[in-house]
Amino acid sequence: MLSCTLRSPDSVTRFSMGEWDLLVRQARSAGLLARVRHVLARHQLTEAIPAVARWHFDAAATLAAKQQLAVRWEVGKIRTALKGLTFPFILLKGSAYVMANLPAASGRLFNDIDILVPRAQLGAVEAALMLAGWHPTLLSDYDQRYYRRWMHEIPPLQHAVRATVIDVHHAILPDTARYHPDSATLRHRAVAVADMPGVQVLATEDRILHSATHVFHDGELPHGLRDLTDLDLLLRDAAANPDFWPRLTARANELQLGRSLFYALRYLRYFLDTPIPDSAMAALERDRPNRLTLALMDRIFTRVLAPDHASCADRFTPAARLAAFVRAHWLRMPVHLLIPHLLHKAFVSPYQRNEKPA
Amino acid sequence: MKLLQLPPSDLRHQLAGNGVWLRTGPFSLRIRSRLPRVAEGLAELYGQFEVRSAHQAFADFHVELNPPSRLRRWFRPQVNFSFDGAQPFKPLPLDQAYPMLEWGLNWCVSMHAHHYLIIHAAVVEKNGLAAILPAPPGSGKSTLTAGLVLSGWRLLSDELTLIDRRTGLLHALPRPVSLKNQSIDVIRQFSPEAFINRVSHDTAKGSVAHMRPPRDSVLRQHEPARPGWVIFPKWEAGAETQLTPRSRAETFMFLAQNAFNYSHLGADGFRVGTTLIDHAHCYDFRYSALSEAVAAFDRLAERRAV
Repeated sequence: MLSCTLRSPDSVTRFSMGEWDLLVRQARSAGLLARVRHVLARHQLTEAIPAVARWHFDAAATLAAKQQLAVRWEVGKIRTALKGLTFPFILLKGSAYVMANLPAASGRLFNDIDILVPRAQLGAVEAALMLAGWHPTLLSDYDQRYYRRWMHEIPPLQHAVRATVIDVHHAILPDTARYHPDSATLRHRAVAVADMPGVQVLATEDRILHSATHVFHDGELPHGLRDLTDLDLLLRDAAANPDFWPRLTARANELQLGRSLFYALRYLRYFLDTPIPDSAMAALERDRPNRLTLALMDRIFTRVLAPDHASCADRFTPAARLAAFVRAHWLRMPVHLLIPHLLHKAFVSPYQRNEKPA
Repeated sequence: MKLLQLPPSDLRHQLAGNGVWLRTGPFSLRIRSRLPRVAEGLAELYGQFEVRSAHQAFADFHVELNPPSRLRRWFRPQVNFSFDGAQPFKPLPLDQAYPMLEWGLNWCVSMHAHHYLIIHAAVVEKNGLAAILPAPPGSGKSTLTAGLVLSGWRLLSDELTLIDRRTGLLHALPRPVSLKNQSIDVIRQFSPEAFINRVSHDTAKGSVAHMRPPRDSVLRQHEPARPGWVIFPKWEAGAETQLTPRSRAETFMFLAQNAFNYSHLGADGFRVGTTLIDHAHCYDFRYSALSEAVAAFDRLAERRAV
């Protein structure tokens, strides 16, 4: 229902009340109520929303507008906190879409703000943010070590008063992952945010590749469809530039992210009918997995990227979610690290948590 | 069709199956539950509310109350509240199934209905003017609300003040009134006709029961009211009934802090809140005897009646 609405918004004019009921529920669980409202408004279909359902969309839009304001405010605060440092920081994902005024910011909800800084400067950045009131969230010693030793980010920092969360990254994939695109070349091509010296966003192609990588390397996909609609909006916007597609595929090769981009484009066509030229798919032919793998991946991703709502699940959905989780971990770390990690998570972590006083 | 026209066996059957569609104020619910005490609570308290078959209807909130797992059925049985498949709360003992439904519904409204400015306060109305009663727990807000609505005031809500952001009017959500600890007996004595359902003991708020909303309040649930007063009640043993004016600015600050979504609305929250305060008389109210408190409220209403 939801991806059908996003694909062809006109279909809502034929919706029954039962179908509107399902659309609101699926869109809410996917975090896409405000975005659907935006899409319908763009197609002059706001009037088609039945009166009883309209407030759900309006209320979500109120929340999204407030969050965008809060993101701008928060980015200003981070900038002030990091003023003493001699290098710019790069905004990733949602906050970058907002600050670069991209269509992908429309109706988007936020959980945290992601920034990218040089690895050598992590200590200085963390110290500066802590001075400004952000503190590490409560994590077990194991999780702390795991983040710092193996991950591409430090443990999330939460502001003591405003409770906002920042994820500080030094790369877009973990050190242990199969592929690790060179962060220096990403930083090198980053572009400045207007009127905000010291704040940058990734270059168009890099931003899209990061978004694609994020979807296809992350184990849990609560926002799978939202991330796909982000990508859809990013691609439609960028494709206005005639040499965009060849540049995107060439850059994907350079950064070893061709496989992620291949999957992203494949499932964008499947879920959202994103206009992707065949030449772009052909340029990624080398990254196309073999037939058997692809058939399996289709089975997994057509399920896990759908909204996490009972109406979108079949009896294979739990298995598909598990498979996506295992696959993401498989890509994130080699077996000799993965097995001890999963054992620790399964048998040690749950008991540690129980011992803590409530 | 009203819920009381539905035979109890049909109600139980529908709740356990596709669910029951129920309208409360501006919101429609679809409730599902296999638990007999949820069916019993709905039959006792929601008799005057409109119900429909849940099939093919649009519902604002899809909620479910069921035991979390089959294993726990015999050993300390529990109940889980689900909002369209998600569980926002930890399970509670089965004895608290009915209050959990009410708490869960409050959560649904306060987390989603941002087309209202929602303040944590009771609202009652007389002669078209509404009295908003914000107050911290334990101040006797619910007792006073119950006393007033049993004495001719109309119940808009005992927990959630819904302020329409476009019109500034207060919308009614006359669901059952929650009574805690001693106030259960106070209301039983105040009005023997009041229907109060079975008490759930040892909840996070102590002993909790719910009072059936007056029939007239439910029949008029689609009638909004203009803001008239903001009154901070405080029950004190042996206190004289006393109404003291308080500053509008201070009252506004309190309402903003006690709103569920003031910060979500940005500048509009400020506009809606200050417009409301401009139209309301603000008081602190101390009382010990409920009948005297009701009389004091009646005098207030008469003074502003035109």
